[in-house]
Amino acid sequence: MKRIVLFIPLILFVLLAGFFYAALEMRKTRSVEELQSALIGKPFPAFAGLGLANEPVDLDTLVNGEVTLVNVWGSWCPSCVYEHPYLKQLVERGVRLVGVNYKDTPEEARAWLNRFGDIYAFHIQDPLGSLGIDLGVYGAPETYLIDAEGVIRFKRVGVVDERVWTTQMEPVYRQYGGQLDAE
Amino acid sequence: MIPEFGLIALIFSLLYAILLAALPSLGVIYRKPVLIASAGPLSAMLFLSILISFVLLVWSFLVNDFSLSYVAQNSNALLPWYYKVSATWGAHEGSMLLWVLVLGGWIFAVGGLSNDLQADFRAIALAVLGFVSVGFLLFILLTSNPFDRLLPFPPGEGNDLNPLLQDFGLIVHPPLLYMGYVGFSVAFSFAVAALICGRLDATWARWLRPWTNVAWAFLTLGITLGSWWAYYELGWGGWWFWDPVENASLMPWLVGTALAHSLAVSEKRDMFKRWTLVLALTAFSLSLLGTFLVRSGVLSSVHAFANDPERGLFILLFLSIVVGGSLTLFALRVRDLESTQGFFALSREGALLMNNLLLVLMAAVVLLGTLYPLLVDALALGSVSVGPPYFNLFLMLFGLPMLVFLAMGQRWNWKRMTASKLLAQVPVSLVGALVLGAAVALLVAPSAPLVWIGALLASWILVHSLHDIYQRSRGGRSLKSLRMAYWGMVLGHVGVAVAAVGISFSTELTDFRDVRMQIGSVQQLGDYQFSVEGFRHEEGPNYVAELADIRVSREGKTLALLQPEKRRYLASGSIMTEAGIAGSLWRDLYVSMGEPLGVDDWAMRIHVKPFIRWVWLGALLIALGAVLAIVDKRYRGGAEAEA
Repeated sequence: MKRIVLFIPLILFVLLAGFFYAALEMRKTRSVEELQSALIGKPFPAFAGLGLANEPVDLDTLVNGEVTLVNVWGSWCPSCVYEHPYLKQLVERGVRLVGVNYKDTPEEARAWLNRFGDIYAFHIQDPLGSLGIDLGVYGAPETYLIDAEGVIRFKRVGVVDERVWTTQMEPVYRQYGGQLDAE
Repeated sequence: MIPEFGLIALIFSLLYAILLAALPSLGVIYRKPVLIASAGPLSAMLFLSILISFVLLVWSFLVNDFSLSYVAQNSNALLPWYYKVSATWGAHEGSMLLWVLVLGGWIFAVGGLSNDLQADFRAIALAVLGFVSVGFLLFILLTSNPFDRLLPFPPGEGNDLNPLLQDFGLIVHPPLLYMGYVGFSVAFSFAVAALICGRLDATWARWLRPWTNVAWAFLTLGITLGSWWAYYELGWGGWWFWDPVENASLMPWLVGTALAHSLAVSEKRDMFKRWTLVLALTAFSLSLLGTFLVRSGVLSSVHAFANDPERGLFILLFLSIVVGGSLTLFALRVRDLESTQGFFALSREGALLMNNLLLVLMAAVVLLGTLYPLLVDALALGSVSVGPPYFNLFLMLFGLPMLVFLAMGQRWNWKRMTASKLLAQVPVSLVGALVLGAAVALLVAPSAPLVWIGALLASWILVHSLHDIYQRSRGGRSLKSLRMAYWGMVLGHVGVAVAAVGISFSTELTDFRDVRMQIGSVQQLGDYQFSVEGFRHEEGPNYVAELADIRVSREGKTLALLQPEKRRYLASGSIMTEAGIAGSLWRDLYVSMGEPLGVDDWAMRIHVKPFIRWVWLGALLIALGAVLAIVDKRYRGGAEAEA
């Protein structure tokens, strides 16, 4: 009897460790779903506003029958600078990229684009973040993949780099008929 | 090239750690004195190589090497240099490196200061520590390498350190906390060595006591600083939030407190050895558990580091080996270390056993409350979190009796407390405590129940302590004859009384209001008037701030000018609140800015928080007491046989 008492700490620990293992497994399957926006599979929210050249833009400008990446960015966002070179490579390989200029001023945004290069087909001004609210943006940068009909198929919170693109986004891009030029 | 040298140094650390885990153990098994003696130099080399690696990472921050992914994510060229240094441990990878550096420091200290221990015992203790470092170094190298490069496109500018962490308190908080967490590894390694060598006597306990006390004092300071930081930086006005990460540091603290007391019994009376061993193993296990909870992302928390299940799995595996292994060893070997003496309940050791039980129960309550959301989640009952009411209720339930016992038990004799002594102590102190406590409560807030409880309990502890000092220094003995260890104990316990006053008074008497403030607005809170003198715009090195100038007065007399701020950090765009606080021993005046309602028009929360500083003051006294106790002469003699 006494002998068994000495095993109590060990038994408690084993139970705890098993429990942690289960919790960890659960978290693993959950985190993928959690990061996906509730908007996956839904059409891109309707909007009408101005582009950075003060031209009118709306949902029809965005949805033109091509698979498109919508990148939420701002001149105040250092990670946007960080992901810019890789986005540029994607554009050079034929990907259509549209910017949502999030919580920014047109002057600062244009200065930023002059400095780093405007690789976007066009931009949607979202100075107050209202489109961002409709999209459920956590913060810049975020990148949405919409199909030819304007349905959101994938959402990336954070920087898009080569790893993210090849492992997560490119398969979805191709699945919905997106084309890439050979390098 | 510099970061590559850092990585190489880290790989060398792993090598030394493996050697430290292996060679001395082999030396003990095959009776090779050379291998046994290698433990000392190896521990020094281990520390040195980790230190080099760490310094090189700091260097990469200082020179803005944004080609390192970790630097790019957590620093910015505009950051002042001291925040660049502290950004080193501002996120997961670097803080793990700091963890290992601190571990290396403790190993180095043990290796250098343990020459008077039995060689076998020392070798095994150091080997255990070496094994622990192998796990953590592997963890860093395999899952969390801070020296990862962002090639071929290094960004021109970094992401910036999380603005919450751009603060002096956060420069010092993690190192202090880790000194405490990791310091319990020494007790752990000694427990394992004792189990392996089958040797656990009073010398063992006496040698371990200062190490445990130092680690515990650091942990106390680390937790205190964290709480203080939360108070002035988060702008909520609270000082403890029962956040999982806070709980993760509280659990080892509670068990460490029990350990420090149980070691006293093991040293003085050569008793409670099994219990002391369990506590020594548990304190460090809980440190590791805390690391797991914080780093794996199983719990969500304001502190949570990157959620990476792979990392969680690694730590869980390592945790299982270290904790599971040591507890198995305990179950199999501890019979050889049996304490033979029985003891009398009404004695110092009886009181300490009571203290231990209550502390361990409190740790269990915290553990259960922290894991409860996971449990509910696992049973698919939806996401629930356990609120402060649960923690407050149960900790009070166990904490209040502990304070009652603490006051009396600290005066009791070892072995047996006689009725005549009890009669000489309790009635006098009881009357003293009632008078003092009632006077304080009547003076402060006669109609507040928590104030009465706090005042009476604190007086009970204080009067007992003073009365004890008086009794001990009577009859030809002077105050000087009292040992440092005694003063340390008294100071620590008075610290508990001070903290009890702070907790109970501030909880009951805190007052706040949410108000709208424009220039010229005057708001009344209790006896205090808060009036807005103006608003200003200010630019810091890497942020812009809106400030309010607020005059606080009572009965027409100005008491303080407060300057709460709302900062926008440029690189990340995040908004931070800096509370305006005027503190004193008796009350804090506290204003935090909320949302702007228009031009020069803000929502604010104004607080008056009586006695809140006593919480941290008490904690400081507790840590000071622990330090005072170990400068006692008897810990300087080395490990000669116990008389």
